[in-house]
Amino acid sequence: MLKMTHLAKVYRTEVVETYALRDFNIDVKEGEFVAVTGPSGSGKTTFLTIAGLLETFTGGHYHLDGVEVSQLDDNARSRIRNEKIGFIFQAFNLIPDLNVFDNVEVPLRYRGMKAAERKQRIMDALERVGLASRAKHYPAELSGGQQQRVAIARALAGSPRLLLADEPTGNLDTQMARGVMELLEEIHREGATIVMVTHDPELAARAQRNVHVIDGQVVDLAEEPRFHAHAHVANS
Amino acid sequence: MFSYYLQLGLRSLRRNPMLTALMVMAIGFGVAASMTTYSVFRATARDPIPQKSSVLFNTQLDAFGPENIEKGEPAGALTYKDATALFRAHKAKRQTIIYPVSVSVIPDDPARLPSREAAYAAGSDFFPMFDVPFIQGGGWTTDDDEKHASVAVITKSTNDKLFNGAPSVGRQINLDGRLFRITGVIEDWAPQPLFFDVWNTGGFDEGASVYIPFTRAVDLQMSTNGNNNCVAEPAEGWANYLQSECIWLSLWSELPTKADVDAYRDYVAGYAAEQQRAGRFRWAPNVRVRDVVDWLDAEHVVPPESQVSLVVSLGFLVICLVNTVGLLLAKFMRRAPEIGVRRALGASRRDIYAQFLIEAGTIGVAGGILGLLLTGLGVLGVGLVFPEEIARLATLDPVLILLTLVVAIVASVVAAFYPTWRAAQVQPAWQLKSN
Repeated sequence: MLKMTHLAKVYRTEVVETYALRDFNIDVKEGEFVAVTGPSGSGKTTFLTIAGLLETFTGGHYHLDGVEVSQLDDNARSRIRNEKIGFIFQAFNLIPDLNVFDNVEVPLRYRGMKAAERKQRIMDALERVGLASRAKHYPAELSGGQQQRVAIARALAGSPRLLLADEPTGNLDTQMARGVMELLEEIHREGATIVMVTHDPELAARAQRNVHVIDGQVVDLAEEPRFHAHAHVANS
Repeated sequence: MFSYYLQLGLRSLRRNPMLTALMVMAIGFGVAASMTTYSVFRATARDPIPQKSSVLFNTQLDAFGPENIEKGEPAGALTYKDATALFRAHKAKRQTIIYPVSVSVIPDDPARLPSREAAYAAGSDFFPMFDVPFIQGGGWTTDDDEKHASVAVITKSTNDKLFNGAPSVGRQINLDGRLFRITGVIEDWAPQPLFFDVWNTGGFDEGASVYIPFTRAVDLQMSTNGNNNCVAEPAEGWANYLQSECIWLSLWSELPTKADVDAYRDYVAGYAAEQQRAGRFRWAPNVRVRDVVDWLDAEHVVPPESQVSLVVSLGFLVICLVNTVGLLLAKFMRRAPEIGVRRALGASRRDIYAQFLIEAGTIGVAGGILGLLLTGLGVLGVGLVFPEEIARLATLDPVLILLTLVVAIVASVVAAFYPTWRAAQVQPAWQLKSN
C-alpha cells in the first residue's frame, strides 16, 4: 500500500543542509495498522506529510498504492490525497466557520460528488462516529473528543484506502483518547490501512506493528533499549 | 464548484465585517470616482455621428495669415468669399455652409407671445448629410437653395408649441415677421458634441429650433448669432461684410472615398494657392480637411478638466486597489490554516485560486453596489465641477450601471491575484505541523 525506499528529505539553506529523513525505508501492507514512534524531531511527522503527499521529498522512491508519486503534478497529487488518503490531525484542524456537516463535506466537494450522495456519505460518517445529531453544530460548540470524531468522520466520508493519523489523541484527555483509539481500531478491523504517528507507547502498543524513527531513519527497536524499556511495544 | 465557492465567499464577507467594510468602501469609492468622471468623459469624447463620422469633413483655410493664427492652425471658420466659392465648385458628394442665427418666432395666435429661438442657416444637403431624423415631411430642395426660397424645417418642440403637434408640413411659420413654408419636422435633434458648429458652441449646445436656407438668410442679411472674427474692420454695409476677411461660416462636405478626400483636399489647397497668386493671401496655402473625429480632437472639444479628472480618479482607483491588495492579503493569509486543511483534503492549487478569486469577486459585487450608489450621487453632483451644458450630458444609464459593476468586480479580482497566489503557495505540511 505504502512503500518508501531510500527516501530522503533535505531542508537546504545557503549555509546548511538538514536531513529530516535519510535512507528512510518502510513498507506498509494493505490493511495494516502501523504505529510510527520516535522522539520529537526524529522525522516521524515529516514522514507522515510526505506519505500524505503534502510535502515533496528530495531523493529515493515512494510508491503509494503501486504508483510512483515523485513525478506527479499538483493536480494529480491533490486527486490522490482526495480519493485515497484520509487525514486525522492532533489539532483536529476543523474549519471553524463551517458546521460539522460542512466540515465533513469538504473532501467530498473536491471529488465533485453529487449533493444527494454527499449528504448520504456525510450522515453515514457522522452516524459512525456517533455525532449525527450534532451536524449543525460548529466546532467551537463541541468538546475536544467530539471535534476529533468529526475529523475522523471527515477522513472516513471519502472511503479512503489509507488513514494517516498524526498524534490523534495528543490533545485529548484519557477517556476521550480511549474512545478515539477504539474508533480507529474498529475502522482498522473493517479493512482500512492506518499509519499512526504517536509519542504515546500505550497507543503504539495497540497497533499491529511499530516502526521506530530516530534521526530521520527507521531503526531496529532491539538496538534502542531505552525506548524498548519504557514503551512496552508489541512487535509483530 | 462555483456555487460552493460563492457560498464560501459570502460566508467570508460576514466573518470579518470590519475588514470587509474597509475593502468594500475602498472599491466602492474608487470605482465611483472613476465612473463619475468617466460619465463626463464619455459624454464629451464620444463620436456624435458614428455611422458617418469618417465621411463628413470640415474645411479650414487660413485667411488670416500666420501672424494671426496660433501654432500654424487655420481658424475653425471661413469667410463668406471662401465658403461660397468652395461650395459653388461642387467638389463633394454633398456640401453645406452653416451658421447660427437668432429668429423671433411669431405665433398665429395674437394672444401668444413671440419667442426668440436659435436657428441654423444651412444648405439643403445639411439634412441628408447629417442623417437628421424627420418625423414629418423632409428637408427643402436644392432648387429651394438656388431660388433662395422662404422654407423652413422645425423641430418637434417648435411644432408642438406652434401647432400643438399637428401635421404642419406646407403650413407657414412667421420668423421675424416673414413667412416661411414648413417642409419638414425633425426630432429635437442636437448630437453631442454638436460637431457641425464647434466654432460657435465649443461643442456642447442644445441645438436649434428652426432651420432655414443659407441663401435666404444671407438675402435677409441675418447676421451670425455666433462668433465673428475679423482680421480688419469691414467697411459699412452687408455687401461689404460679405466681401470682408471676417470668418463666421462652417463648411462641411461629404466625401465617401479616400480618393474623394484626396481630390477635395487638393482642390482646397489649389484654391488657396490661387488666392495667393491673386495677391489676396501673402502666405502659402494652409488648409485642413478633417473628418468629424479629427475635427473634434483638433478643436479640443473634450474639456481638459474632464481628461485630468479622469486620470486623477483612475489614479485614485489604483490607490484604492493597492489598499485592497493589502487588506485581501491580510484576510487570506489569516486563513492559512484553513488553506492547509483544504489542500490536505484534496484541494489543488487551482481550487484555491478559484475559491479565493471568487471570494474577491463577491467583495467586488458588494463594492460595485456601493460604487453604483456613489456614482449616482457623483453624476448628480457633476454640475458642481463642470459647466451646465456638459454636466447635463452625464447620466447613469444602463451601460454605465453595467460598467460600474464590471469594473468593480474585475478590479477586485485583479487586486486579489497576488493575495490569491500567496494563498495558493501555503505549504499545507507547515500549516498542519504548526497546529
